[in-house]
Amino acid sequence: MDRRSASQMIENAQVNDRPTSGAKPPPALDEARLRQQAIGVKLRQMFDEVVSEPVPDEFLDILRRADAKPTEGA
Amino acid sequence: MADFEADDDASPKPANTDNAKSNPELENQFKKELVALIPHLRAFARTLAGDPASADDLAQDAMMKAWDARGSYQMGTNMKAWTFMILRNQFYSDKRRSWRSTQLDQEAAERTLVAVDDPGSPLALDELRLSIQKLPPEQREALILVGAGGFAYEEAAEICNCAVGTVKSRVSRARRALQGILDDGSYDRDGRPAGDAMRSILSDAERLSTVR
Repeated sequence: MDRRSASQMIENAQVNDRPTSGAKPPPALDEARLRQQAIGVKLRQMFDEVVSEPVPDEFLDILRRADAKPTEGA
Repeated sequence: MADFEADDDASPKPANTDNAKSNPELENQFKKELVALIPHLRAFARTLAGDPASADDLAQDAMMKAWDARGSYQMGTNMKAWTFMILRNQFYSDKRRSWRSTQLDQEAAERTLVAVDDPGSPLALDELRLSIQKLPPEQREALILVGAGGFAYEEAAEICNCAVGTVKSRVSRARRALQGILDDGSYDRDGRPAGDAMRSILSDAERLSTVR
C-alpha cells in the first residue's frame, strides 16, 4: 500500500466528512467522527490492497479462451 | 441470466448492431473495460466470499457472466456497477444452492485469518477484516460498496436491488455495529490478544496521516 495515497485518502475523507459550518462540535461527536473516519480509511485501504494485487493469469486465460470460441446465444 | 437486465428500462433496446456482441469494435472496447475492472471485482468478491480462493472463483464466474451478457450491456453506462451487480447475484445464487452455507461462512472466516497472517500486514487491517465478517451480509455489502468501493448510495441501491433509503440505513447500522465489534473485541481472533483493535486502527490512521 502506497503511503502517500493512504494519507491522501485520509485528507479526502476529512474533506468529505467534515460539515462546512465553522462551529466546533461537542468533543463526544468529534471523537465519534474521528473513529468513523479512521474506520473508513482502513476499509478503503483493505479494498484497495486487493485492487492493487496483480491479477492472476487465470482470469485473462479464461477470457481469451471465451473470446476465441465462436459466439453463441447467451 | 435475466437478473441484471431488469433495471434497463430507461433507454430502449438498441438495434442489434449497436451492442458489444455484434459489433467487433464495441466488443473490443467492452473487453478492455471488463479487463480493467477485474481487480475491483476481485476486491468485492473477497469481501463477500471471505477466503481468497473462493473469492477468485466467484470473480471469474462473474467476469464470464458479464462477457456472455455483453449483448445486453449498454455501452457508456456504468459498467462497474453492472459487473458488481452480476457478481453479487452470482454470490447469492451460489449461496442459495449450498445447504452448508452457514458452516462455509465460518470456515471462510477461519481461512481468512490464516490468509491474512502476513507479517507485513498491519494488525488493524486483520482485525477489520475479521470484524466485517461479523456484520450481517446485507450491511457488509452496503458498507463496502459505499465506504470502500466508491459507489454513490444510488448506485449501491441499484447493485443491491433495494431502495436508496435502505442502503443508507444499512450503511449507518453497519458503521455503528462495526465500531461496537471493534470496541469490545468480539470479532473471532483465534486466541490473539484482545481489546485494542479500535486503538490500533486509530493510531494507524494517525500514523498514515502524518506520513508525507
